[in-house]
Amino acid sequence: MKKELTCVACPLGCQITVEYEGEEVFSVTGNTCKRGDAYARTEIVNPTRSLATTIKVINGVHPVVPVKSNKPVPKNRIFDCMKVINETSVNAPVKIGQVLISDILGTGADIVATNND
Amino acid sequence: MINYDLVVVGGGPAGMAAALKAKEEGVRKIIILERAETLGGILEQCIHTGFGLHYFGEELSGPEYAEKFIVQVNNAEIDVKCDTMVLAISEDNIVTAVNKNDGLIKIQAKAIVLAMGCRERPRGALEMAGTRASGIMTAGTAQKYVNLDGYMPGKKVVILGSGDIGLIMARRMTLEGAEVKVVCEIMPYSGGLTRNIVQCLDDFGIPLRLSTTVIETHGKERLEGVTIAKVDERLQPIPGTEEYIECDTLMLSVGLIPENELTKNVGIALDRVTNGAVVDEMRQTDHKGVFACGNVLHVHDLVDYVTLESQLAGKGAAEYILGKAPESVVYVSPETGNGVRYIVPQKINIKNPNDVKLYFRVGKIYKNAKVVLECDGKVLSSKKKVKLAPGEMEDVTVTADVLASMNENSKITVRVEE
Repeated sequence: MKKELTCVACPLGCQITVEYEGEEVFSVTGNTCKRGDAYARTEIVNPTRSLATTIKVINGVHPVVPVKSNKPVPKNRIFDCMKVINETSVNAPVKIGQVLISDILGTGADIVATNND
Repeated sequence: MINYDLVVVGGGPAGMAAALKAKEEGVRKIIILERAETLGGILEQCIHTGFGLHYFGEELSGPEYAEKFIVQVNNAEIDVKCDTMVLAISEDNIVTAVNKNDGLIKIQAKAIVLAMGCRERPRGALEMAGTRASGIMTAGTAQKYVNLDGYMPGKKVVILGSGDIGLIMARRMTLEGAEVKVVCEIMPYSGGLTRNIVQCLDDFGIPLRLSTTVIETHGKERLEGVTIAKVDERLQPIPGTEEYIECDTLMLSVGLIPENELTKNVGIALDRVTNGAVVDEMRQTDHKGVFACGNVLHVHDLVDYVTLESQLAGKGAAEYILGKAPESVVYVSPETGNGVRYIVPQKINIKNPNDVKLYFRVGKIYKNAKVVLECDGKVLSSKKKVKLAPGEMEDVTVTADVLASMNENSKITVRVEE
């Protein structure tokens, strides 16, 4: 089977063609870097996305602090992760890079703060 | 009166990069004046990732990208005044600013870097019928509500305009539980990055309707719905294609305008296409010692390019302050050929000893086209491009050798060949 993808690994947005059968990828063409190749392969087998959102802060300068998953999470777990994050609150002070939720839903990704508060 | 070598107006990514570069080049007294409470500019509310892939080789969120520069500024003996609004710049480079602690301050600067960024085109700039119901806002305002204030501005959303902020907000609102019904784009193509259409709309099954606009808003106190319609080639609504969509929020992502009030008031020449100053290869305006960089100069799609451009402006300002700028100046203006809407810089000093990158945007989508750089009828480079789009900035380099071979009558052109 053939699938046309737009790479989201960087803002270049390369048009990638993947030839595959089931979970076996035969060829990846159209990408201009290694990240594109990797993106295309995971996109066929187990699509993932990095998640960026906010988490509630108690006694902080702002009511929320921005967070991200330190590695991509499975695309079909995004909304489950959002639920967990929105049910969590953290105490100020929060430091940029601080792990606020580790190994969210067993995905292996930590939710880390991306700003100070 | 206070004296500084360099005054930087704006403490976003552009201002910080320019200040840091100038410091590195040997400028002593530098001050950054920032209107907001903190450094960082608009990056503070851009919590999504994708920043820094070019410049740092890693995928950062906006605040993380900003933090890398904030830390450097704090360690670099660069003075910073936040909560400070610059009111005017005089003919002889005196900067007038105001804040709560100092009151009115006047700073005599040897050089100035303008890095005020841009603002969103508001509803008033659109011809849209309807009342002033609440729930109509720019995508950037909504982004501030959600990401900084922790406040959801609505539950059922229509987005007009497919600029990147609109696309990013479509995903953000969806993640937070809102229903984004449709993104309407008046043009036959999206103004946003392709990757954003894929990961912000396609991933969540949000429809993008091209050649479609909002012609009327409904509701008195709170927005209740909008009427959308298809438009013809002249962007006029086509009768009979109207459709009512129920929603409580309308977000506008219909373009960004460089914030050039200060620039205009000094009498600096502006480019009618970019709405930013006309600059040379070091980003110096036609007012000696005043430089401009970042989104105040022309709207960028990537902050990484803002950083690179601002470092040029910082270097230019440093050379100007330290008397290191090339003494002879012979300007040649690159011309926009077929398909090219604008080029920054608008003029190049051919006595500049370095390569010069020309940044440009095309006017429509091209597939399998060539970007041709021509000097005096001779093709200097011809680069194949799978795709060129108005939403994605392109660049082409004029080498130092070529510059050295040019004279004041030389003609240099960038064009698209189909």
